[in-house]
Amino acid sequence: MNTPSLCVKELTVDYGARRVLSGVSFEVYGGSLVALLGRNGSGKSTLFRCILGLLSYRGRIAAGGRDTRGMSASERASAFAYIPQGHENASSHTALEMVLMGASSRLGFWSTPGRREAHRAVEAMEEIGIGHLSDRRYDRLSGGEKQLVLTARALAQDASILIMDEPCSNLDYGHQLRVLDCAAGLARRGYLVVLSTHNPEHALSFADQALLLMDGAVNISGEPSDVMDAATLERMYGVPLDLAPAGGMLRTRRMGKVS
Amino acid sequence: MSSRHSFRFTLMAALFVCVFLVSMSVGRFPVPVSSVVRAMLSIAPAEGELSPQVETVLFQVRFPRVLLGALVGAGLSCSGTVYQAIFRNPLVSPEFLGASSGAALGAAFAILNGLGYREISLFAFLSGLAAVGLVVLVNVRSRLNPVLGFLLAGIMVGSLCSAGISYLKLIADPNNSLPAITYWLMGSLASARREDVLFAAPLVLSGLILLFMMRWRINILSAGDEEAAAMGVNAGLVRGAAILGATFVTAACVSVSGVIGWIGLVVPHFARSLVGADCRRSIPASILLGGALLPATDDFSRMLSSSEVPIGILTAFVGAPFLLYIILNDRREA
Repeated sequence: MNTPSLCVKELTVDYGARRVLSGVSFEVYGGSLVALLGRNGSGKSTLFRCILGLLSYRGRIAAGGRDTRGMSASERASAFAYIPQGHENASSHTALEMVLMGASSRLGFWSTPGRREAHRAVEAMEEIGIGHLSDRRYDRLSGGEKQLVLTARALAQDASILIMDEPCSNLDYGHQLRVLDCAAGLARRGYLVVLSTHNPEHALSFADQALLLMDGAVNISGEPSDVMDAATLERMYGVPLDLAPAGGMLRTRRMGKVS
Repeated sequence: MSSRHSFRFTLMAALFVCVFLVSMSVGRFPVPVSSVVRAMLSIAPAEGELSPQVETVLFQVRFPRVLLGALVGAGLSCSGTVYQAIFRNPLVSPEFLGASSGAALGAAFAILNGLGYREISLFAFLSGLAAVGLVVLVNVRSRLNPVLGFLLAGIMVGSLCSAGISYLKLIADPNNSLPAITYWLMGSLASARREDVLFAAPLVLSGLILLFMMRWRINILSAGDEEAAAMGVNAGLVRGAAILGATFVTAACVSVSGVIGWIGLVVPHFARSLVGADCRRSIPASILLGGALLPATDDFSRMLSSSEVPIGILTAFVGAPFLLYIILNDRREA
């Protein structure tokens, strides 16, 4: 196997007296879609924010074998791109202008994007099939379209690791599948896509690897169908679950009775 | 830039030039536009075309006034656009961080103490900067999210300055300094002189150049601080530089023209509705539109009645309905 694209070792984060992450360690590789699962408040977003360099932490995070602590802001931006939840931003820029912002790390403080950056932005939009949205106002797009625009913005950033924070929350079923399909497609093209999700079925049907965040650490990591058995998920979410034999569909065993 | 936008920019530039020339020509001593153009192109107009008095009016009175109007209109509009982009809030105006009220307090203080004309401007400019400096300081010390912190601190410092102005008005001499303060606060270009232009132009232009240069970086603030950081952009630095530039411009404008409201709130909306939210276009568009709109309004302020109507009153009369129109129009588009 090639050098890990993203390697996290003994990552520990405290919010005041509360320890949110204690000794998170995992390795994930380019060309795979990695699903990060965990309860609300289990530290999924905290983990992402550490990877993106937005939080201070103890431990080590390395991208392509290089410690991220030694990276400058623009080096970091060329290693990682962040794809936030689309509904949080209501900017009235056009979709193309949004995507163009991804090129900013390659521009000096006083410069504006030129022909090359514009070309890359158009290319990124076409790569995920949203070229037709270029001139539409971002704040007037649907949730799923916004998510795809932000994904295109991340591609325009030319980073090899894409971090998606709950890309499917607030999307209807069709758009969820479309966004996940897009993420899986990017992974097939060599990107490392790490996404957090609240839906184990997404991990089962789309991801190459699942990271299960419990009690402040990644206790279980592996191929989704191997590691995500009913007992593990029951322990993680605190809901009694059954795994239907075919298709990996989940249903609760006793509705309404949450342990 | 698409051809639609180039066309609109050409129109805006044409509007700016037209308003400038018309503003030079109208007034109590009307001068035909053609004479204005000839007079402006050659230092000395054709022999006998303009009487010496008219020439004096044109170059000593009208030219500084129109120039100052264009400068202040462009400055307030541009800083309004920048403030609205920084705070991701279309209701923010250049007054929001206290630059205007700070400047007004400084001016009132200088007038009350009988300081000279130049000193009043200087006091106004410096206290405008100081007020925003205080807001920034409060914000640095607070743990609020930076956008909310700025707005709250801005409102606080603004009302502190208003209280100070009220107090100064209370103790001012009702026969001379009180009317002077009141008139100054209403905002006017009537007393515009060559010194005002010389005082304000370098400050306003340097601020505008700074803001224009960093227009792409200002765009990225719309994504929020964390997303900007993930794109390799230090949002705090960009915001700080943009606030510095916009405050510099606002304080310089207010220090020579008094408080002229609305223009810095309305023109940014107008500009965005024409060329979109991208600061690469909305900043130059607001400079052109503001630079045209304020001299145009000033034309009315000096022609509506035999005694001047302070322009601050007119901009409010024109600005408020205009903003309503833009808001309603925007809704229909959505």
